[in-house]
Amino acid sequence: MKIIVAIKQVPERDARIRIDAEGTWIDLQDVEFTLNESDAYALEEALQLKEEHGGEVVVLSAGPERVGKTIREALAKGADRAIHVESDDLAAYDALGVARLLAAAVKDEQADLILTGLQSDDLGLGQTGVILAELLGLPHASLILKIEAAEGGVKVLRELEDGWFQHVELPTPAVLTIQSGNSKLRYATLMGIKKAKTKEVRRVTPLELAAEPEASVVVLERVLLPNKQRTTQILGGSPAEAAAALVEKLRFEVRAL
Amino acid sequence: MSELTSGVLVFLEIKNREISRISWEAMAAAHTLAEGHGLSVDVALVSSPGNPIFETIHGKAPRTVYAIDHPLLHEYTADGFAAAYAQLIEQVNPSYVVFPHTYQVRDFAPCLATRFKQVLISDVTGIETHAGAETAPPTFIRQLLQGKLNAHYRHRGTGPCFLSIQAGAFRADAAEAGATTLATFEPRLDAAKIRTKPGEPFRASAQTVDLGSASILVSVGRGIKEEANLPIVQELATALGAELAASRPICDSGWLPMERQVGSSGQTVAPKVYLAIGISGAIQHLVGMKGSQCIVAINKDENAPIFEVADYGIVGDLFDVVPALTAAVLKAKG
Repeated sequence: MKIIVAIKQVPERDARIRIDAEGTWIDLQDVEFTLNESDAYALEEALQLKEEHGGEVVVLSAGPERVGKTIREALAKGADRAIHVESDDLAAYDALGVARLLAAAVKDEQADLILTGLQSDDLGLGQTGVILAELLGLPHASLILKIEAAEGGVKVLRELEDGWFQHVELPTPAVLTIQSGNSKLRYATLMGIKKAKTKEVRRVTPLELAAEPEASVVVLERVLLPNKQRTTQILGGSPAEAAAALVEKLRFEVRAL
Repeated sequence: MSELTSGVLVFLEIKNREISRISWEAMAAAHTLAEGHGLSVDVALVSSPGNPIFETIHGKAPRTVYAIDHPLLHEYTADGFAAAYAQLIEQVNPSYVVFPHTYQVRDFAPCLATRFKQVLISDVTGIETHAGAETAPPTFIRQLLQGKLNAHYRHRGTGPCFLSIQAGAFRADAAEAGATTLATFEPRLDAAKIRTKPGEPFRASAQTVDLGSASILVSVGRGIKEEANLPIVQELATALGAELAASRPICDSGWLPMERQVGSSGQTVAPKVYLAIGISGAIQHLVGMKGSQCIVAINKDENAPIFEVADYGIVGDLFDVVPALTAAVLKAKG
């Protein structure tokens, strides 16, 4: 089974949020980056499928040079090679534009499956995988927890709302977007880290992909810190003082104790 | 070919044989948009036109209600829904297409938008219309970085603008009288072009806890760090007579069962008191609990988005605050 895993490098969860000078994104100075959480699960599913059925796992990522570090980490965990769509200017593309780049980068790979996380922890659009399927003319299923090989394709477990699930069968090649949480994520071994250094990373630019640049239809104009929806009373003092103050509130104002 | 003027087309969803609450909220969002731009609102629903559910449509009356009717739509598939919706959009030719932001919409709407060379603006929490609306397009607000940042988006160019509306962001309108036409829309669908085969939905296991009936919930998130630390929140829950709940990562890690998960992929709760402990407050969690009467947040990060919805907050290390709170509760209960 040949599996492509599209991954994204995103700011660490506890990164300090300061708005940049243009007011259109956060100031990335001093920000640490990491692999997007649901993409980490997509990678894990791909590696498990390879262990079970053999084949190849190819990591695909778009972004500036720093993304190379996240790609190496994926290779260290066991992916076989990688494609890095190198661009310092991804913010100029909307979700369709990014998906067009990814589609152009993998269209000749003849993969059986393309996996990606269901949404990114930074922009959270939750669309790249589904758009990619449409651009490549492939069937897809989203919010997938489990993948099994089946006659002519795969059988997947899909999460629905409110604790419901369903199985979906679909023919391969197909695109699946992976929900977090089904498997335990592996760590890279020392041997894996060593091997990753020699694995192939093919770097391509948007220009080389000749993915026709089209004007974005959706533009992120500015970002701002959210307004509070409720007035929060912050209870200060030592932990014991704050706890006592909260109990007072819960007893006499909320009347819940 | 359409004689109709362009407007806003809202796709509603049925859940438990009713039009879902989030669908009404999407319709309210559509009316906000329509009023700002002098547009009309049409509504569409996959159902046979004889379904009594059409009599339950409330809110500001739409102009036309389309009953999208086809045997291949009886069970949801992305291929079937995207094809049917695309045909209706071509016929109606709306300026805006509005969806409730549900798991189903997330599954097919990005595809559908792509067919029109458009990008879905997903998870919209606010719409600002501007004076001189014909020339100034509206601003769509959505959250970034797990709710730590708000972003203003704009649609440009020609072609319909696709939006999905987050739960709880708009208030469903009360019913208003008005003239509405019910029209049947029969899409042309080909069974051979539906590539996925969906199975019957099922619940993973019998529910043994009912978070919905608890008056106090003690909910724990990533801040607890390790499974071994859970007893400190369990002790607080016991002292308060509360049920223990959790954010998604805790259930993903298997530290608490999925049925205790609050948020868009878990339960929606509205207890008298919701204590969020070590929960940063990503939107997926907030939609499941922000209707709580009183929200208490305990978090070491004073900028955590959970404080935006909290009534009371303690900024501090939960490993110091929670035991102190348990002691204070026990003392108060004497």
